[in-house]
Amino acid sequence: MAEVLVFVDHVDGAVRKPTLELLTLARRIGDPVAVALGNGAADTAAALAEHGAVKVLTHEAAEYADYLVVPKVDALQAAYDAVSPAAVLVPSSAEGKEIAARLALRIGSGIITDAVDLEAGDGGPVATQSVFAASYTTKSTISKGTPVITVKPNSAAVEPAAAAGAVEALNVSFSEQATGTKVTSRTARESTGRPDLTEAAIVVSGGRGVNGAENFSVIEALADSLGAAVGASRAAVDAGWYPHSNQVGQTGKSVSPQLYIASGISGAIQHRAGMQTSKTIVAINKDAEAPIFDLVDYGVVGDLFDVVPALTEEVKTRKG
Amino acid sequence: MSLRIVVTVKYVPDATGDRGFADDLTLDRDDVDGLLSELDEYAVEQALQISENSDDDVEITVLTVGPEDAKDALRKALSMGADKAIHVEDDDLHGTDAIGTSLVLAKAIEKAGYDLVVSGMASTDGTAGIVPALVAERLGVPQVTLLSEVAVADGKVTGRRDGDTASEQLEASLPAVVSVTDQSGEARYPSFKGIMAAKKKPVEAWDLSDLDIEAEEVGLEGAWTKVASADERPARTAGTIVKDEGEGGKQLAEFLAGQKFI
Repeated sequence: MAEVLVFVDHVDGAVRKPTLELLTLARRIGDPVAVALGNGAADTAAALAEHGAVKVLTHEAAEYADYLVVPKVDALQAAYDAVSPAAVLVPSSAEGKEIAARLALRIGSGIITDAVDLEAGDGGPVATQSVFAASYTTKSTISKGTPVITVKPNSAAVEPAAAAGAVEALNVSFSEQATGTKVTSRTARESTGRPDLTEAAIVVSGGRGVNGAENFSVIEALADSLGAAVGASRAAVDAGWYPHSNQVGQTGKSVSPQLYIASGISGAIQHRAGMQTSKTIVAINKDAEAPIFDLVDYGVVGDLFDVVPALTEEVKTRKG
Repeated sequence: MSLRIVVTVKYVPDATGDRGFADDLTLDRDDVDGLLSELDEYAVEQALQISENSDDDVEITVLTVGPEDAKDALRKALSMGADKAIHVEDDDLHGTDAIGTSLVLAKAIEKAGYDLVVSGMASTDGTAGIVPALVAERLGVPQVTLLSEVAVADGKVTGRRDGDTASEQLEASLPAVVSVTDQSGEARYPSFKGIMAAKKKPVEAWDLSDLDIEAEEVGLEGAWTKVASADERPARTAGTIVKDEGEGGKQLAEFLAGQKFI
């Protein structure tokens, strides 16, 4: 079977969930060969082998942390040259898309970003995308070169499948451009103990109706009772009530959880663009005319400060 | 010293309208109004702020690749305060994808002359956010992308990039390609004076031959990707909506339990 390169997103050797989803999709079109770079790269091998990686190409160098994007492009290109894969798959993070795009240009290939599904086709992989704020679903193929495709989190279920996962050192020589953009300092995001927004199965979001930073504790309490991530609308973020890293929408994160609960969010196009592909959508809003109610599987017209705490209590009781 | 800034902007369909596809599965530009992509307004704003904070002589050129109407996007940027504009327009550009667009932009940026390229983080229609990185790759200059803060001094650009797991401070020497997020600072509204002044500012028109690009390298035929189908998402079946009369939280819990979320 043809080999498929899968770029590994990991933090010091801990593989992030979107990469494991990618391995599931990669197996539909070939044998996954994973590429893990930077600090802890070799530590990813066991998790990758359990999810179908026949081979894990690793390379550790300070450049990956010290400079932006290009060192990783150089390495992925080295892996591409070594393997001659049938496709290259990259997680659709901001950085992942930039890496994939630059690789595609270098190897003379087309690129598809933000795929939400992937299947084998006669003329190569067929990628499904959700466009125009999820109002359309498109299917696309690559017409030139080796398909380079980035895939959004939550696009496939993680399916374990044991494979060899043989670790091999990748030979990388960095290009002149590799050291162009220096990372002069890095501040790790403080952990909230909650799941990552884009990876979470349940997301609880607050908007303008939350009416103040201090009131977000009501949203957080519901999220914690459900083991959910917390999101915020652009209005809430612009007002300074919640960090931009939690913004759901066109200019923030795009999420596709099993359950999305919108509280005090009207559902403007900006927000819908980021959450419309959620499997089950629930909204709580005082305004019965709010456009969010057009999207919901279940909606409650009411004051979120009554409904959300009551729901939180009920969840706690039921979970015992 | 002088600093030449090129701001790349895109003319996009209004997201509040009914966006859709034409018969050839390219963007339908006929049935919906277009405007300057909101995310590019932040790029224009940052270019203006870099200019205002600089002791150098700064010239800001806005550049777009698009159909006749794309001039509207240039006018908006000029009325905000940019100095001049370049409009790359050619019938053969219809259906060009991101890889092709980056070729046209890179050639136009080189022809215009630049020390700094400023772009929005993504277009509001395609939303891929890869064009700034592609342009940097083609120009062979550093990419300093997705910045929520940006500054230029002493031939260097610095900025802050807020990622999923960390916030990074970046630094690169000019020339460089920068992209900015919607967190970089609210874009100004054009003043009446700005709108009047924009009418007198030069807009250069270039076509593919001006940029030594062959028609086969761009357009729908030259695209590196092919859209095989585009289907409107079926409308969601109307959900259950209840009015909270004291039991709303409980009823919602009942629904969530029924769906096995609790």
